[in-house]
Amino acid sequence: MLAKAGHAVTLYERDNAEMRESTTHWGGGMLAPWCEAEVSEPVVSRLGLRALDLWREELPDTPFNGSLVIAHARDRADFERFAKMTSGHTRLDAAGVAEIEPSLEGRFRDGLFYPGEGHVEPRLVLPELHRRITAAGGIIKYNCEAKAEDLDGLVIDCRGLYAREQDETSKLRGVKGEIIIIETDEVQLSRPIRLMHPRWPLYVIPRANNRFMLGATSIENEGSGVSVRSALELLGAAYAVHPAFAEARILEFGSGLRPAFPDNLPRIAIEKNTIAVNGLYRHGFLLAPALAELTLNYVKRGMIDNEVMQCK
Amino acid sequence: MVNFYGKEFKSRLLIGSALYPSPAIMQDAIRASGAGIVTVSLRRESAGGKTGDAFWSLIRELDVTVLPNTAGCRSVREAVTTAKLARELFGTSWIKLEVIADNDTLQPDVIGLVEAADILIKDGFEVFPYCTEDLSVAMRLVDAGCKVVMPWAAPIGSARGIINADALKLMRDRLPDITLVVDAGLGAPSHAAEALELGYDAVLLNTAVAKAADPVAMANAFRLAVEAGRTGFEAGLMGARDFASPSTPVIGTPFWHAVS
Repeated sequence: MLAKAGHAVTLYERDNAEMRESTTHWGGGMLAPWCEAEVSEPVVSRLGLRALDLWREELPDTPFNGSLVIAHARDRADFERFAKMTSGHTRLDAAGVAEIEPSLEGRFRDGLFYPGEGHVEPRLVLPELHRRITAAGGIIKYNCEAKAEDLDGLVIDCRGLYAREQDETSKLRGVKGEIIIIETDEVQLSRPIRLMHPRWPLYVIPRANNRFMLGATSIENEGSGVSVRSALELLGAAYAVHPAFAEARILEFGSGLRPAFPDNLPRIAIEKNTIAVNGLYRHGFLLAPALAELTLNYVKRGMIDNEVMQCK
Repeated sequence: MVNFYGKEFKSRLLIGSALYPSPAIMQDAIRASGAGIVTVSLRRESAGGKTGDAFWSLIRELDVTVLPNTAGCRSVREAVTTAKLARELFGTSWIKLEVIADNDTLQPDVIGLVEAADILIKDGFEVFPYCTEDLSVAMRLVDAGCKVVMPWAAPIGSARGIINADALKLMRDRLPDITLVVDAGLGAPSHAAEALELGYDAVLLNTAVAKAADPVAMANAFRLAVEAGRTGFEAGLMGARDFASPSTPVIGTPFWHAVS
């Protein structure tokens, strides 16, 4: 966005082009501002809705097939609560669920369909974004751990939890998210499926080549790896969506740390020649374009978004 | 004031720290509740290091007494191990003891609970056992050395309120010197008020506040309900009657009005 606006952009990435060390490598890539409203502040919905437009403009191939929320009969109360706390949905009966997701025919009596939502596959979309940065004249330096004080010009610091190392007063924390990737050709899904769960929103996201991502836990812990309990819950969720997942092949277990402030809201902090964009929590792919646009608006015109930006 | 193992607390509301939309909302809700005791779940994977420090520091900022729990434990051995980890991690001998018997109802395993309480009390713990409303279980827990007993109102997170008020009343009457806390199943502030009106010393809740559309406002509502319930109990509730009782004198009422 900055490069397209005519700025000379250099992106410093501590990892290589695959970015396997990055939290985004394990991201769900859900573009679901309506569903996220269940546990998020209105500012997340506002930025998320703007970001959907930006995804559509910048990457028109992004799938916007909506998302489907379903629940076990015993989680009925949670399902109704979810319906009450969110908007932008249509109630579907069993026939409606089967119509949009034939694989789920006869499995769920009702669902909530959020037609405006989309999803991206992080491991495919990141190379595309890198390509577009280069095409717009930007330079990407991989395997390069830059520090703000060593750089000339305006520095936009998007390092997530690593930014904490230089600011001990920061209240950034890591919230662990665990995922599993499985593969089967016995189930076909066209959109992310959310399953009601008392603690975390669990979802099954279709990926290319008959793969599915199962995610994601949300644990106040900065450890790594996937616990047996989480694995059981994630795999159990997939099995609950469709028993054919029982025969799927497990390809990967993984976890990442989501950078979050205590209010779980994103922040753009401006100090001298550094703009720190951080705290995207579980909304990285959803909010990143909107935060990039806000940053660009500040750089170009000095515009301040009072809900998100802080000037020191 | 309410007494828990020799420590006095002004608030009769104990509150959990799970399930909030964000830690900031958790902090605001706990402050609004006025609670002096906050339960925290020990995640076993974080016990070996400092991986959950960022979250715990947010709880420490609240300047409340932390009551670790053994949530999710399904055996005596697991609960005892978790309690020991919690003692090291939080530096307290207090433990909210949960031994779960059934996955669907999260009903306490009352037999395992008594056994685990006995082991932990002999090891120097001060135990807050989560149990059913069964008086015989509560008596066994007291025999084991528990000074606090916490029967459920209804299954955890069910929001059904007090299902068996008679049993809870009986427990109150039979264990007058024990600190009794209604724990789990409360969904509305009126449920909390009812528990306090029964003479219970306090209530413990989490989901009803954390999952409310506005957790901070709901925490405040529970605070007020607990105060109302306790004040009502102390003021002396009138007993229920089978028939109407006039609140104004009937002498002087024309006889044709007094005859139905």
